Amino acid sequence: MQEKRRYHSVRLDKDRCKGCTNCLTHCPTAAIRVRGGRAHILDNLCIDCGECIRICEYHAKVAFTDVMANIKAYKYAIVLPAPSLYGQFRDMARPEYVLEALKRVGFDEVFEVARGADIVTRAIREKLREPNQPRPLISSACPTVVRLIQVRFPELIDHIVDIRQPMEVAASVARAEFCKKHHCSPSDVGCFFVTPCPAKMTAIRTPIGQKKSELDGAISMMELYGQLLPHINEMLNDPDFVPATGYGVAWATSNGEANAVCPDNSLSVDGISNVIRVLEEVENDKLSDLIYLEGNACIGGCVGGPLTFENSYVAKNTIRKMVRHMSPEHPDTAVPSSMLNKYPTKNDLPIEPNTAEKLDDNIVEAMRKMKQMNEIIQRLPGYDCGSCGSPTCAAFAEDIVRGYCTEMDCVHLLREKLKVMAEEMVELAQSRRE
Amino acid sequence: MEELFRISYPVAAADYSSAGKASADIKRRLKQLGVGGDVLRRVAVASYEVELNLVIHSEGGELCLTVFPGAVQLVSSDVGPGIPDLDMAMREGYSTANEEARSLGFGAGMGLPNMKRNSDEFDIKSKVGTGTTITMRFNLSA
Repeated sequence: MQEKRRYHSVRLDKDRCKGCTNCLTHCPTAAIRVRGGRAHILDNLCIDCGECIRICEYHAKVAFTDVMANIKAYKYAIVLPAPSLYGQFRDMARPEYVLEALKRVGFDEVFEVARGADIVTRAIREKLREPNQPRPLISSACPTVVRLIQVRFPELIDHIVDIRQPMEVAASVARAEFCKKHHCSPSDVGCFFVTPCPAKMTAIRTPIGQKKSELDGAISMMELYGQLLPHINEMLNDPDFVPATGYGVAWATSNGEANAVCPDNSLSVDGISNVIRVLEEVENDKLSDLIYLEGNACIGGCVGGPLTFENSYVAKNTIRKMVRHMSPEHPDTAVPSSMLNKYPTKNDLPIEPNTAEKLDDNIVEAMRKMKQMNEIIQRLPGYDCGSCGSPTCAAFAEDIVRGYCTEMDCVHLLREKLKVMAEEMVELAQSRRE
Repeated sequence: MEELFRISYPVAAADYSSAGKASADIKRRLKQLGVGGDVLRRVAVASYEVELNLVIHSEGGELCLTVFPGAVQLVSSDVGPGIPDLDMAMREGYSTANEEARSLGFGAGMGLPNMKRNSDEFDIKSKVGTGTTITMRFNLSA
């Protein structure tokens, strides 16, 4: 059975890959193998976190995003900047400077994703009022965390809040408002997200919980940064512009969402390995006193994304200072309730578990494989050196029972075997001479 | 019933730094075997509680996972000290955890009740001076 290849923004540049083991050991879902002198990404396990992009010294791991020229495919192009973009510019006082610069580099309209975050904040707060919610409810905003749950914590899928990501809600509103104002058809308008990470790009191409994304593409923050710099000098001057609240802008950093949605009893975790540890606790039913859990794959939140330019701590500080000077109004009152009815905020598809970790569809066969794996592990040295091309000895044993490699791919076992063979040769030679 | 897979984990007394590793591995393996949903959730809770009990209360022991075609079984056995009053120990909120365990946030007295609640069959045998054995079974729905 040939499964359809999944789309991933994170990819390998074959020519740059040296076949080293740096990315291998840093992948949180063990989705990388080195075979034939270069890395391969297992696309059924990759969650597009971008850890391999950060760690690769040879820049062989890359994120595919849209280039600016792609906006020309549409009659009109709306740009939707993630609030983390504001943090890329030192001492940025107000979002309006960045928004004006975005218009000057070629977009017809600009709409803040932070405003989408305001609407989502309200939608989640409405959701929290409904009875019998799982505890804690887990944020759906970071697509890497959602994919991590699909792969490693499938029984926690029910905990994921079924509200769309801010960029999706923002795109629905932006497109509708633009079409109304300019009397054009929705298909004439392209909506482009300015992204801090590859995961959002993947989420646009292959959405989770939605049949189709409201966005048409994503442009890397890293790519846009240089183009925007020369234009950061004037504020957006548009009488129809509705700014986001400080709460919405703060979603750019870890705890921004939790603070807006459920300040009294929530937890925010950043960094993929920390998120994994906390999800283990949720799995053990140790955090059921919590109402809301915000998880960000990147340290510091979206300002720490692999496609950002500025040091994430500096960016976080910029956002913090910016928010202090913004309107203190909460989305509860800033977002009219009509917004929640007028635009789609809920998922229209269930989130499915990813069963790629399963050894076999048949449990008896799976157990046979697991037994075999355990026997192989006993023979392996346990160095987790990665020389075989699998991230750990346990993963190597798994790869053997899945039929991807053989025990002699382990250099340590091979050396032992060669030693025995050499001794046998000597013995044989001596016996011939006698 | 024919046993299909078995693995045991030694658990050292008062080794808080490794506490939770055995149950994390148990969860991982069950997922690889395709055990999911409600059963996995219940095994996760019970295996963590029973592992922590070994760390907090026992003088050392082991946790053993056995998978049968229709059920998952967890057996925890230790070498002491044994529980003098089982009825008391099964009560919610009753705990004999020491200061060290309490300072780490344990000792709410929910361990055994949680194990019982989450398993389909629960059995505990204990003898002071000899040790405690807890057997839990979780039925896999066909």
